[in-house]
Amino acid sequence: MTRSRYLGWFLTATITLILGCGVAVTTGPAAVSLAQVMGSIGAHLGFATESVPILIDSIVWQLRLPRVLTAALVGAGLALSGAVMQSVTRNPLADPYLLGLSSGASVGAVCVVILGIGFFLPAAAFAGALLALVATLSIARVGGTITPVRAVLAGLAIAQLAGALTSFIIFWAAKGDSYREILNWLLGSVAGATWQSVAIAATAVAVVGTGILLSATRLDAFAFGDTSAASLGINVNRTRWALLGSVALLTGAMVAVSGSIGFVGLILPHLVRGVSGPGHRRLLPLVAVCGALFLVIADTLARTVFDPRELPVGIITAFIGVPVFILLIKRKKSHLWA
Amino acid sequence: MGVDLDQLSFAIDDTRILRDVSASLPTGSVTGLLGPNGAGKSTLLRLIAGIDKADTGTVSLDGALVGSLSRREAARRIALLEQNAAPSVELTVLDVVLLGRIPHRTKLMGSFGGIDDRAVAFSALEAVGAATLADRYWQTLSGGQQQRVQIARAMAQQPSLLLLDEPTNHLDVSAQLALLGQVRELTVTAIMALHDLNLAAAYCDQLLLLDGGRLVATGTPDEVLTPEIIGEVYGVDCFILQHPRGGHPVIVYSAATSKGNS
Repeated sequence: MTRSRYLGWFLTATITLILGCGVAVTTGPAAVSLAQVMGSIGAHLGFATESVPILIDSIVWQLRLPRVLTAALVGAGLALSGAVMQSVTRNPLADPYLLGLSSGASVGAVCVVILGIGFFLPAAAFAGALLALVATLSIARVGGTITPVRAVLAGLAIAQLAGALTSFIIFWAAKGDSYREILNWLLGSVAGATWQSVAIAATAVAVVGTGILLSATRLDAFAFGDTSAASLGINVNRTRWALLGSVALLTGAMVAVSGSIGFVGLILPHLVRGVSGPGHRRLLPLVAVCGALFLVIADTLARTVFDPRELPVGIITAFIGVPVFILLIKRKKSHLWA
Repeated sequence: MGVDLDQLSFAIDDTRILRDVSASLPTGSVTGLLGPNGAGKSTLLRLIAGIDKADTGTVSLDGALVGSLSRREAARRIALLEQNAAPSVELTVLDVVLLGRIPHRTKLMGSFGGIDDRAVAFSALEAVGAATLADRYWQTLSGGQQQRVQIARAMAQQPSLLLLDEPTNHLDVSAQLALLGQVRELTVTAIMALHDLNLAAAYCDQLLLLDGGRLVATGTPDEVLTPEIIGEVYGVDCFILQHPRGGHPVIVYSAATSKGNS
């Protein structure tokens, strides 16, 4: 694909994302117009705009906008994480959810929430994600190699264990609405998003995302495996662990604000590769934008389809993600990851 | 690029893989690396490429120690093709060959001046007679075509030393001959691990024969491929004839009997 066609795709996706966020903020039980959204945002950014009713303003600024932005940032972060994991582990099924990172991060997050030291939330989620990653890869490693299937099986075990731990901790500290809270952590939800969530997710996506983008060429070098990457001048071990550590950091931050949302990191890289090609300089920016768009749409569906009841967004991503996952497993080219 | 191996030894845990391997290979020569399975051929190639570090001993290229080069600097001089490599994503042939440009890119994002890289990639594809394959997907190529594209990828690295680990594996006879013929035509110093002694005799200037991690014979094909040495290393009985046209040795094996030969 030529550079101009790629830029065309990228701009289209970016504009769709911005419009999508706008529409998502107007969507919901209370009718809000796009003009009121613009007015509310403008007023908060210090521009003189037509005044917006206080109720509408607080719905936009306190509830919907932080939620939509959090969904967008989490989608971008998870899609980037999946793309990086798939490349450095050479495993098309790798993503933070399937390999247990998200569940591990949930355990860390729930621990500090229960202890009431929410300030450490992102750090604890990061520690949980990193622990889960190391555990999954060491279980999957037999005789020095990690096959994709063993990695997924090990991830499954770790995810189950971490999910049970999360539920156990919440029950043990039960106060009131534990079921709802457990569901939000296990299935993932951005319902409780605040501006603090936006800040955490934005910082992680900006900092870690930049680092990942700058490693695009090094990620390309892994296409034919470790020896080949080394012979192309890559410090294989250092690069792999730096990138996997970054993914754990990113996943930790995402889980801290939204629980473990599945399938975004798994399916988006596969879908986007079909458009951008496998080169990471093109894949990574587009996958981030598309991941953001995907989760904004999924979350809008989650809070409107069964209005006034709300689904955790993870249910929507699973409904979309599982069929795609099955298609990936069934695909003829499965010799790639036998 | 002239290659000097000086007293190379390598062990994994307590298992000695290579012991005191020394050799000197002149610039522009094609060297065959022979030996039974597990003799240490692949390990030796990885040491020469600087991917693994020798426990003792040194590898030098025109006097520069490989161990003192950074991975990137080494990758600009040495290209290694491993056995049976396959990509984990769908890549076109051009994508594969462009990977060879990675060590020449700027460190962070990689340069965006893709024109030069593409020109180098295309001339590498032409050098192996695969320019028409540029837009094909890697997975749709035959084994012989894949190997040729891999060599093009290595050539796009613009190395002065090319290392090949059993490049003729799984290829039919005509693809084997075509591939080795192409390696001979490239203007680089080449070292390739081979299983087929007859191919080694036909296409190599000199041979290194490894057995149990030790270098047991070096020299021209005529010097190394004798019935005595082959019998000792491989435990097979054979005759040496002379190729009617090329003049190089041709090894004819005697069928193994149930009593064995060694």
